[in-house]
Amino acid sequence: MDESLQDLGEHIAAGLANEVASFDVTRGELTLEVPVEKIVRVLKFLRDDPACHFSVLIDICGVDYPERAKRFDVVYHLLSMHQNHRVRVRVHADEETLVPSATCVYPVANWFEREAFDMYGILFSDHPDLRRLLTDYGFTGHPLRKDFPVTGFVEVRYDDELKRVAYEPVQLAQEYRRFDFESPWEAAEYLLPGDEKASDETKSGAGSKS
Amino acid sequence: MTESQIKNINLNFGPQHPAAHGVLRLVLELDGEVVERVDPHIGLLHRGTEKLIEQKTYLQALPYFDRLDYVAPMNQEHAYALAVERLLDIEIPKRAQYIRVLYSEIGRLLNHLLNVTTQALDVGAFSPSLWGFEIRESLMVFYERASGSRMHAAYFRPGGVHQDLPPKLLQDIYDYCDVIDKMVDDIDALLTGNRIFKQRNVDIGYVSAKDAQAWGFSGVMVRGSGMAWDLRRSQPYECYSDLEFDIPVGKNGDNYDRYLCRMEECRQSTRIMRQCIEQMPDGPVTTSDGKIVPPRRAEMKQSMESLIHHFKLYTEGYHVPAGEVYAAVEAPKGEFGVFLVSDGSNKPSRCKIRAPGFAHLQALDFLCRGHMIADLSAILGSLDIVFGEVDR
Repeated sequence: MDESLQDLGEHIAAGLANEVASFDVTRGELTLEVPVEKIVRVLKFLRDDPACHFSVLIDICGVDYPERAKRFDVVYHLLSMHQNHRVRVRVHADEETLVPSATCVYPVANWFEREAFDMYGILFSDHPDLRRLLTDYGFTGHPLRKDFPVTGFVEVRYDDELKRVAYEPVQLAQEYRRFDFESPWEAAEYLLPGDEKASDETKSGAGSKS
Repeated sequence: MTESQIKNINLNFGPQHPAAHGVLRLVLELDGEVVERVDPHIGLLHRGTEKLIEQKTYLQALPYFDRLDYVAPMNQEHAYALAVERLLDIEIPKRAQYIRVLYSEIGRLLNHLLNVTTQALDVGAFSPSLWGFEIRESLMVFYERASGSRMHAAYFRPGGVHQDLPPKLLQDIYDYCDVIDKMVDDIDALLTGNRIFKQRNVDIGYVSAKDAQAWGFSGVMVRGSGMAWDLRRSQPYECYSDLEFDIPVGKNGDNYDRYLCRMEECRQSTRIMRQCIEQMPDGPVTTSDGKIVPPRRAEMKQSMESLIHHFKLYTEGYHVPAGEVYAAVEAPKGEFGVFLVSDGSNKPSRCKIRAPGFAHLQALDFLCRGHMIADLSAILGSLDIVFGEVDR
């Protein structure tokens, strides 16, 4: 299966020599890296090329890596019901990047892009109707960003005097509990100042013995 | 004749409406009784599942999947378990695969019985829904006997299933397949030839195979339009490739064909369940990797190592190698997928849930334009929407 995906990846890379930055096959899945401004051309090719024939856009989602300069990945999953294979296309974006909308190629992209905009604040250009989708009317912020707290910023309750739902800043009765169960022997690195010298010594000591 | 002013009507449908199958608000633009535009407002049941999953270990994240499509809970767990197993690169034993398939098919029956009968309720038939719920109740007892819980099972875990099945349970499920078949035949006799049911569903909500793909449909929604596409056959997972079953395909792509597909899938599901029980091998139901699957309780009483493993797995959890994977299963509503990104820690760094109902509901505007407003609820019922998975 991996060989056929490798062939498919090479076919796509040859057909889109200027558009596809790189491709790789891991765990039986083909991933294409594409510059953000070329995404619509790539999707059109993937849909119309007879060997690809990716007729269904399965999903568009954002992924947040706050430590990167371009913090968002926009990941497209495509499926071909005719050739029976899948591909993942990835572009990088930040808060200001305008990602060209895929709605002109796949109408289903409409809500997926609205969701990515709602959850991450990724902006899509030429989108017919880029509104919030899942969050409350009048919501501010982008909840799936890593710097957005799980508790959110506002809480709601029914106010009996105002006779309506009232929005208030969140007040926690106790501090939000986040347990750190990571094993100190395996995962966490609790480095104390001066520890680096110890490791140098053991290295040199081991070297002298051998 | 005097000139009269004709104006379109804007109508608010829901969020509390019995035919909305949950909390759905539709802003409708009507020209008389003809639907001009539908703007679904979703998110009223949004619970931030994806955000919550990022805070939990891989095992703790699992029960959230029961709460997505609460009509067929285990099918959702299945996609997640497959994704985690793919990242961990583990195989589960044969018996666990058969148990998973058996319970996935029970989930399919749970879903289809609810959908077919409530869709009939939407177009005016009352009895089938009562009959369907009776069978669903018995099927949930099978869920309970396997997992201890009627709905929120948390039974398919990464590495296998939680517990082995008690011996009598398999025999009881096998015997019950006849009751299900009988009930499916009864519902069939009530609805399939029914004049009112046909008037409300034939040629309503037509979608061509090409449109179905452009709108990202999957499951019964593409099969009703003549595409023989089923992940159980085309990209088989677990032991589906060892089992014999047929994929029903519709011809016309309307509500009625989708109803017929669902009925036939119910029959195929009992056929798969019977085969699963007949062929089910003996053996373990989890992988033997003690770093992923917690030990049996009996072992913990004797072995210090098991006790330590148990403690570590239920506090820290296991670390999953960094990488990303997309795993999909043929859930009763269509392709349910989980896109899981791991950063090598004990918590998922991103878990995107791809729900079939999300794409189907989006096409409501496309499907309803030009239909009468009464057809709206028939189409909505036929789309098979459950808000737990649409809103996440």
